[in-house]
Amino acid sequence: MDTPRIAVWKFASCDGCQLSLLDCEEELLDLVGAVHIAHFLEASSRVEGGPYDISFVEGSITTAADAERIEAIRAASRLLVTIGACATAGGIQALRNSRALGDLVQAVYPAPDLIKVLETSTPISEHVTVDAELRGCPVSRHQLLEFVAAALAGRKPDLPDVSQCAECKRAGTVCVMVAHGTPCLGPVTRAGCGNLCPRVGRGCYGCFGPVDGANCAALSEQMRKLGLDTTAIAALYRNFNSGAAAFVEEAARHD
Amino acid sequence: MTHVNANRSKIKKYRACAVQKTAQALQESFPEDRMGESLFLKDPHRLLEDWLSAGWRVIAPLLRDGALVPDILHDPEELPRGVTDRQSPGSYRLEPGASTRWFEAVVGPQGWKRWLHPPERKLWSARRDAAGFEVTPEAEEWPATIFFAVRPCDLAAIARQQEVFRRAGDPAYAARRAATRIVAVNCGRSAETCFCASMQTGPRAQAGYDLALTEIADGLLLEIGSEDGTALLDARALPAATDAQVREAARLIEAAAASQTRAMPPDIAERLTEVADSPRWEQVASRCLHCTNCTAVCPTCFCTDVTDRTSLDGAMAERWQRWDSCFSPDFSYLHGGPLRRRAAARYRQWMTHKLSNWHTQFGSSGCTGCGRCITWCPVGIDLVAEARALAKGE
Repeated sequence: MDTPRIAVWKFASCDGCQLSLLDCEEELLDLVGAVHIAHFLEASSRVEGGPYDISFVEGSITTAADAERIEAIRAASRLLVTIGACATAGGIQALRNSRALGDLVQAVYPAPDLIKVLETSTPISEHVTVDAELRGCPVSRHQLLEFVAAALAGRKPDLPDVSQCAECKRAGTVCVMVAHGTPCLGPVTRAGCGNLCPRVGRGCYGCFGPVDGANCAALSEQMRKLGLDTTAIAALYRNFNSGAAAFVEEAARHD
Repeated sequence: MTHVNANRSKIKKYRACAVQKTAQALQESFPEDRMGESLFLKDPHRLLEDWLSAGWRVIAPLLRDGALVPDILHDPEELPRGVTDRQSPGSYRLEPGASTRWFEAVVGPQGWKRWLHPPERKLWSARRDAAGFEVTPEAEEWPATIFFAVRPCDLAAIARQQEVFRRAGDPAYAARRAATRIVAVNCGRSAETCFCASMQTGPRAQAGYDLALTEIADGLLLEIGSEDGTALLDARALPAATDAQVREAARLIEAAAASQTRAMPPDIAERLTEVADSPRWEQVASRCLHCTNCTAVCPTCFCTDVTDRTSLDGAMAERWQRWDSCFSPDFSYLHGGPLRRRAAARYRQWMTHKLSNWHTQFGSSGCTGCGRCITWCPVGIDLVAEARALAKGE
């Protein structure tokens, strides 16, 4: 690929994933040397029109306007890559998907009439074709760089398809669930974060979302044996990736 | 381990004649005369001090995050004492043990695999130049190393993995292994998950060690298993163990074997070839997380994946090898999708390879009875219970 034109887009999100690009620090000069940044409002107010070779999309679709905007971005992009839990699974804001929207709006906002949003917070893939998904809350900057480097070289990006457990074991982290009885979503969560929580003795929060074929029911049964009640088990799955199908289903089983 | 095989006849000979020699006569003889004999030492500190000051890298099970994990020992004081372990399917706890004992806790979450067969390593790097590109194989530093306190099940596992990499012609593994000496520890206690006795790998170390220790009430028995082991110590400085001490050690090892509550069916290799369609595979798959933990903690599992990395400017490329697992969907990915789509197929692949097909492929079982896959399965799936159920046709 000749110097590709890159765009970064924001939907309903906290900006953390876009910040991961700016967090590249040491690699940032290499990155801007290898690509042309055509649209990245968090980095520059200079805005160039499409088409774009790669569009990185952060955030979920929560308004009718955003649902239209993503169509336009798709049409202007050769590759569309979602970055982070909001764009790939609806994000923490997808917690509202299992509640009545009107009740939530009434409870939160002093002027509910001003709030015009869709009933649910949905991932980008429910609206347009997505070429690749980078997981995480936030996304891993290593994966962002890997994706760009792979696209430039014309090779398949090396994105983990294994569970967090594989990452723990490769890192030599002692299993917090087996050795300490700490509830951990690692066995059903996709690897890629860099083993952040288990290596400091905490259970995995599932930031990278469910691994393919996640057997959440079997894990929940073990959580029950570790002493968690159904409310606590459901809460484990209702987090940054609460909108991911495997977690939606498992949380609902414990309501 | 050809040096050990070559020494076997010698070991037998010295065992046969040792009883006729007095301790005095032994102390005056050459160190290799003491091969196979039981020597006595009070504690392991002196040995460790000698090896560290002689420049050996010593790797021993050390306390790490609530478990015993083989790691680099810098000071003999780091060697834990007075800890024991409580293991059951899906659970491991270190607890205070007999305050005087060094080796009461048995195997922890990792064997010696991550040292001899690292989880990730660079194979080569390449740099683009005017003429094309230049490939540089990765040079590896592996200092002269002593693995200290290797349990018999892990000793057997090292031998089995060594055979796998010998057949694969992996020079990096061979170089690491050749520069490594092994000090085994016979087990005087079994964890609840241990089943080495039924796999004929323990609780006494059989072959492949350079030195072997057995802990008794007032100290340690030491046996020399090879010429490399002889070279590791000044055996003349060590007294012979008394007959009573030798009997005590044998009794403790026998008791450790007798205490094991799990046993692999002896005909499991043949039985598994007859149960490919058992409903048990789907049953275990409903509990299996296919999280890959069992394969990562297994001291013989050896599968790896290879991946390429390239720099953003396209001037550099690297090829990396890293642990993979037959439980990951991508492991059996061929054109069009994974060959083993169902979790049941993946569990069956793992178990039948480990317990059955390993025999035809490598001439032994792929299981040494360490019990790690039972303890470190987050949901406590019990390999022995599954094997027994399948063997019974359940």
